[in-house]
Amino acid sequence: MDNSLDMQFSAGGKDLKYVGKRTKRPDGVDKVTGRAQFGADTRLPGMLHGKILRSPHAHARIISIDTSKAEALNGVKAVVTRDDFEDRESEFVPAGEMMVNYRDMVRNIMAREKVLYDGHAVAAVAATSIVIARKALKLIEVEYEVLPHVINVVDAMAPDAPVLHDDLITDGVDPKPTKGSNVAKRIEFKLGDVAAGFAQADEILEKTFDTKPVHQGYIEPHACLASFSESGSADLWCSTQGQYLVRAHCSKLLGMEISKLRVTPSEIGGGFGGKTVVFLEPVALALSKKTFRPVKMTMTRDEVFRSSGPTSGANVRVKVGITKDGKITAAEAELKYQAGAFQGSSVQPGCMCAFAPYDLENVNVVGWDVLTNRPKVAAYRAPGAPISEYAVECVIDELAERIGMDAIELRLINAAKEGTQTAYGPKLGPVGFVEVLEAIQASDHYKAPLGPNQGRGIGVGFWFNIGGETCVSMSVNEDGTLTLITGSPDIGGSRASMCNMAAEELGIDVDKINPVIADTSSLGFNFLSAGSRTTFACGMATIEAARKAIDNMRERVAQIWEIPVESVIWEDGAARPASSNAGEFDPMTLPEIALMAPKTGGPISGHAEINAQGAGPGFGAHMVDVEVDKETGHVKVLRYTVIQDAGKAIHPSYVEGQYQGGAVQCIGWALNEEYIYGEDGRMQNSGFLDYRIPLASDLPMIETIIVEVPNPNHPYGVRGVGETPIIPGLAAMSNAISDATGLRMTELPMSPPKVLKAIKEASA
Amino acid sequence: MVKVILTGSVSQMAGGLTEMDVEATTVRQLFRHLRERFPNIESHMEDDIAVAINGTVYQDAWFEKISEDSEVHLIPRVGGG
Repeated sequence: MDNSLDMQFSAGGKDLKYVGKRTKRPDGVDKVTGRAQFGADTRLPGMLHGKILRSPHAHARIISIDTSKAEALNGVKAVVTRDDFEDRESEFVPAGEMMVNYRDMVRNIMAREKVLYDGHAVAAVAATSIVIARKALKLIEVEYEVLPHVINVVDAMAPDAPVLHDDLITDGVDPKPTKGSNVAKRIEFKLGDVAAGFAQADEILEKTFDTKPVHQGYIEPHACLASFSESGSADLWCSTQGQYLVRAHCSKLLGMEISKLRVTPSEIGGGFGGKTVVFLEPVALALSKKTFRPVKMTMTRDEVFRSSGPTSGANVRVKVGITKDGKITAAEAELKYQAGAFQGSSVQPGCMCAFAPYDLENVNVVGWDVLTNRPKVAAYRAPGAPISEYAVECVIDELAERIGMDAIELRLINAAKEGTQTAYGPKLGPVGFVEVLEAIQASDHYKAPLGPNQGRGIGVGFWFNIGGETCVSMSVNEDGTLTLITGSPDIGGSRASMCNMAAEELGIDVDKINPVIADTSSLGFNFLSAGSRTTFACGMATIEAARKAIDNMRERVAQIWEIPVESVIWEDGAARPASSNAGEFDPMTLPEIALMAPKTGGPISGHAEINAQGAGPGFGAHMVDVEVDKETGHVKVLRYTVIQDAGKAIHPSYVEGQYQGGAVQCIGWALNEEYIYGEDGRMQNSGFLDYRIPLASDLPMIETIIVEVPNPNHPYGVRGVGETPIIPGLAAMSNAISDATGLRMTELPMSPPKVLKAIKEASA
Repeated sequence: MVKVILTGSVSQMAGGLTEMDVEATTVRQLFRHLRERFPNIESHMEDDIAVAINGTVYQDAWFEKISEDSEVHLIPRVGGG
């Protein structure tokens, strides 16, 4: 952002009329009536249907691909393979705010030398019907040399493990290896002296935890429609968290100038980080480029599981030392995260977040980025943090039990607060972790009694939150209504939040503002709707655009009244004289000013182009009560409360929605969800019948407590709330099961067979 | 001179250095100094780094001011889902 901009903090200064209110969702009616257009809903005349042939092997060299029979099939219009995508240099280059290795990306969207996981794309067909496209896939002949594969992260680090990329040399170790391996990177964060810290401890606990890869579980599959013109330009409609990043990736992979590709985001049926990358889009464009006909592609659920980007599975060792009076003296962790078939897991943020909730003097965290024969991982809300903080929070909980201290008290003794030196670098500014913990203590849930076989667990979580590049355009229409154009896909109610902030600034009814999500050719660059940035960054840009529109209107009115612009103020939706000294004028409302616009200088608008800085970190906690059936191992969730610092809840309903959604995803991750592979390295549960996400009938109402400790860097105090809710629940669930059973499980998911096995082993 | 702390992979990029004194009044000058001191560092090094000034994290903010008493940390850039 322009940091000279005076972003006056408004939240504490006056009564807010729209910010913090549960206004009507602008896109609500269309979504509940089925009118809203999602990724698979877009159609064009003459449209072809694209399908992808996928690898049946976890690891194999591609000897040959023969597409001649498929191409000869009546109705088939194009076939693409690795030969249709130019190879790219191996280097990490910036794409928006992300570092991307296009050599890996071009191999992920279409296998080249080898297939690296079950479901890896090998060829694609465009045909006049889906049936013909499927028939054509069966006619493509691929000769493979099957290679040994490795699925588990620890196995993949072994010296004799099958190696995915012979030229992958481990970064961050000294001396640098001379031979390729599956270990892409070692990273380390250090603070103080952990050996000295452990020497001061009265109790030291060290445990190792395993988590499995899980999918974001968005209900809407990946889908797109690409239309390439003979002119060399193209249109792409797709379900994405960031149309500008899709444009960047696809234009690079297709060798196009960025301006020649227009990407229009559809409504999105869930993303959670999984729709921040491209899979189908460049393939559909390549097929369309060959035929100059629109090509539509939609993944099946099986493809979503096998061929998109789940999150890492991991092996995590945590060691914490503590005094009898509850002071943590030292903490260390070693994180081994699966990256999937290409480097780039979320182990780095996992390392940075692991102990971030605590004010510690001695910390050492080591992380390993490890390749396995699985799909390349993608982000899943607060990428990396749920795994590391799960392990840490389980150890903290057990240590509290060992020293006979309440788990909240222990966390309060060690809680990070303003001025805390984090292990990952900076000292924290104002944060609300202590307030979150105190809100737990004050809650009814915390004091409620438990019955037999029931237990209560608590976990906490930290996420940085981010800002980033954002454009907003606001037009004052002839009748005094406003059109608010943003470039951030609405993944969690952002239209309503933007309207609340714009209405607050302009002093007009929120219903007079119509929010529109722009395509890439209609508005300047916007980073992804990700990283809990949209309400923060897009909100800042919206506020700035509104203030510019107001300044524009004040100038018009000043000229009409023939007084200096400084003598015109904006209040309650109208321009008014600043004082009686400015003259006697009746207020001019926004519709009145809009009506006169042609005569006072033409259209009125406000634009903002910023790179938002100063995101406020988020802290949260989950508290859950469970009942364990000791005969079946089934865990029933009885009561669940999410407590989190939002900074300022611009629209409380959508803040609560983020909290509740995160809690449900935590419950699924903790209790049931996992990628299950056979000995052949193929996924065995690539459907929602066998990969079990929680259903409404599995859940109690998720209660929420919104804590508000304002972020001083946002005009209304926003922190961003989308990431943190996925973090605390894994440990909260584990700690609750431990409380109910007296058993400490160290592996996710804690599915009924595993819980039952643990109970039986303990009783034996 | 501003004292700059390097953590995690940023420290690794700088050959294990964890602290350095830099003559810089802006983030851009800080990065220029880093490139001059470590000529072998990756060309897109700064795209992978965030700068925390007095606890506030900045990403892509060349012209952000740094003063002598600022607490400056170079940390890995953060994204999200």
